[in-house]
Amino acid sequence: MLSRSATNETAANSDSVAFETPAKIRFEDEIVSAIYSHADTIAAGVMTKRRPMVDWDDRIDDILTSKVLGYPIMLLMLAIMLWITISGANYPSEILSKVLFHLEDKLTGLFEMYNAPDWLHGILLSGMYRTVAWVVSVMLPPMAIFFPLFTFLEDLGYLPRVAFNLDHWFKRAGVHGKQALTMSMGFGCNAAGVIAARIIESPRERLIAILTNSFVPCNGKFPALIALASTFVGGTGTRLGTAISAAAVVGLVLVGISVTLLVSLILSKTVLRGVPSTFTLELPPYRKPQIGKILLRSILDRTLFVLRRAVVVALPAGAITWIVANISLGGSSLLHIASSGLDPVGRLIGLDGAILLAFLLGLPANEIVIPILLMNYLSTSAMVELETPAAIHELLVSKGWTLVTALNFMLFSVLHFPCGTTLLTIRNETGSFKWAAVAAGMTTLAAFVACWLVTRIASVLGGLL
Amino acid sequence: MFRSAYSSSPLKMIRNGVTAASPPPDYTVALAGNPNTGKSTVFNNLTGLNQHTGNWAGKTVAQARGTYVHDGKRVLLVDLPGTYSLLSHSPEEQIARDFICFAHPDATVVVADATCLQRNLNLVLQVMEMTSKVVVCLNLIDEAERKGIEVDCGRLSKELGVPVVPTAARSGYGLDNLKETIDALASGRLSTRPLVVRYPPTIEKEIERLEKQLSPVLAGKLNPRWVALRLLDGDRTIVESIEKHLGVLIQSDKRKVPA
Repeated sequence: MLSRSATNETAANSDSVAFETPAKIRFEDEIVSAIYSHADTIAAGVMTKRRPMVDWDDRIDDILTSKVLGYPIMLLMLAIMLWITISGANYPSEILSKVLFHLEDKLTGLFEMYNAPDWLHGILLSGMYRTVAWVVSVMLPPMAIFFPLFTFLEDLGYLPRVAFNLDHWFKRAGVHGKQALTMSMGFGCNAAGVIAARIIESPRERLIAILTNSFVPCNGKFPALIALASTFVGGTGTRLGTAISAAAVVGLVLVGISVTLLVSLILSKTVLRGVPSTFTLELPPYRKPQIGKILLRSILDRTLFVLRRAVVVALPAGAITWIVANISLGGSSLLHIASSGLDPVGRLIGLDGAILLAFLLGLPANEIVIPILLMNYLSTSAMVELETPAAIHELLVSKGWTLVTALNFMLFSVLHFPCGTTLLTIRNETGSFKWAAVAAGMTTLAAFVACWLVTRIASVLGGLL
Repeated sequence: MFRSAYSSSPLKMIRNGVTAASPPPDYTVALAGNPNTGKSTVFNNLTGLNQHTGNWAGKTVAQARGTYVHDGKRVLLVDLPGTYSLLSHSPEEQIARDFICFAHPDATVVVADATCLQRNLNLVLQVMEMTSKVVVCLNLIDEAERKGIEVDCGRLSKELGVPVVPTAARSGYGLDNLKETIDALASGRLSTRPLVVRYPPTIEKEIERLEKQLSPVLAGKLNPRWVALRLLDGDRTIVESIEKHLGVLIQSDKRKVPA
């Protein structure tokens, strides 16, 4: 029976109702099946199928997510994307450099005409303008090619297939299969990947997904990886060189995924122990991508977004770097002092102090690590002009860079602490700075271990040869 | 350790948060639907927002809100998380369910995928049990056509007792019609007679009994038949939500019903 109970304590201000149902019997199944059968009847009454159709989605999925072909196709797709990017970006990069540095000369002339003080010219042109010019010339062309391709695959619905292929590995690592999805989203942006971890209900698995998300390179890191791979690993002159460069970046992505799995496994076996929950991953239907919209969106939302972020950070970073490079303390510049201070640590893992400093200063956005590094190198170099990618290569070599340095740089870039935005997002999503700090510490540790290993292996190999 | 991903109640967000800067909307409209029906595309095209997140299953993790103006009236559109049903109590489903039940939207649009109508109708029927102000947005009609599937919208609308608007949101086809239908429904110019799903007699008997007990306390704020059904399928979360939003406590008394 039903009664309004005034005596109920838990609901002092609320109406209270008691209901009775046959306690043991639940009608859930019958209710659900009644709804389903109604839906079936209605659907059958209003639908006509003109002809029996081959379900192309299923056919394609059989191939793309097959046990044998799934992985090779995945790697091949990524390699093709990178190959197109690398072979296409080189020439526009060179043109952009030339134009922008020609403009710098013109502007310098203008400064001289008006007898502008040296420090003003230094901060504005050698600091801010040049950093931005590098950001634009090094990063814009790969972005303008890579992002539309990436958006194309995303719109097509291929990325969830990637997640599907990887799902099995995540389960074996003791974490939620949905982490394959959040990781894949991290390729776009780690902050987005961290937010996407909301789709994982279990707090334990969600935390692991959040902490490990930045192990896969985001859109902000790809341009630098592509640029370094094409100057140091394969080169861009020949088809073979381009293919090798593309393969190197694919390799880095694989390293990122492996480290994600490895660290997830370690976490789920130690501090965040538990049983993985199961879930059903739905493969969305393939949708014909709309080329016009893809171009527009990838240019507006991705390319210009990343570029704008890079420029916004590069302006003050360029100014600050120039200032610390030009303020001297006891004969050497502050920048030099900081770089040399970090140098022993850097050398230990096959990098140098200037590189570590660039990564530290690049915390707000990964996009500006290379420009800051170039600025630093340039301030202690006889070279003044950096008009072509070849000149950048020359500068790096003059600073002692070898293939191993480039590899370590790329590894460090993939694995090191997440950018400022991602760290803030981790804080917001977990509700504590502690986890953001854990994420930063853990990733940086992984980066150090990986680079140290590469350096050791390289020196052993070097000794053998 | 964790803040809930859904920490603020959708109702509070709607009633307090959104409208702080802009004038209050004339209508609030909920957008429900299965995942991957192009719900977000419908949302983006109606509101002009462009939140590109690609073709992902389950990408709408919290609901997005946006407004559009139709016929001089401001309409606040709330994109609910995509769900297959409103019965199995995942966080997404609870958000969607509670919004439709307790925020009293002036209309609820259920975006349905024309290429797999059956599965999508399950959700439509469930929403229709909660509110009569339902519009079915039969999306991806172009894709259905490509697959050789034809849907008789007029007949579907008759069967369901609510308006059905065919759309192809990606190209914008049918969206003006959808806005017009939403407006007609929200303003009360258009009334609906939603199909009532009939259950086996044993369940109907229980529903009838509970309905009688529930309707005086729910006082028209919630459909008693629907609440009765939730109690019958043993859903405890609805009891909590009713207490939270309506201040009505429904308790089970432990006595057994004579068989």
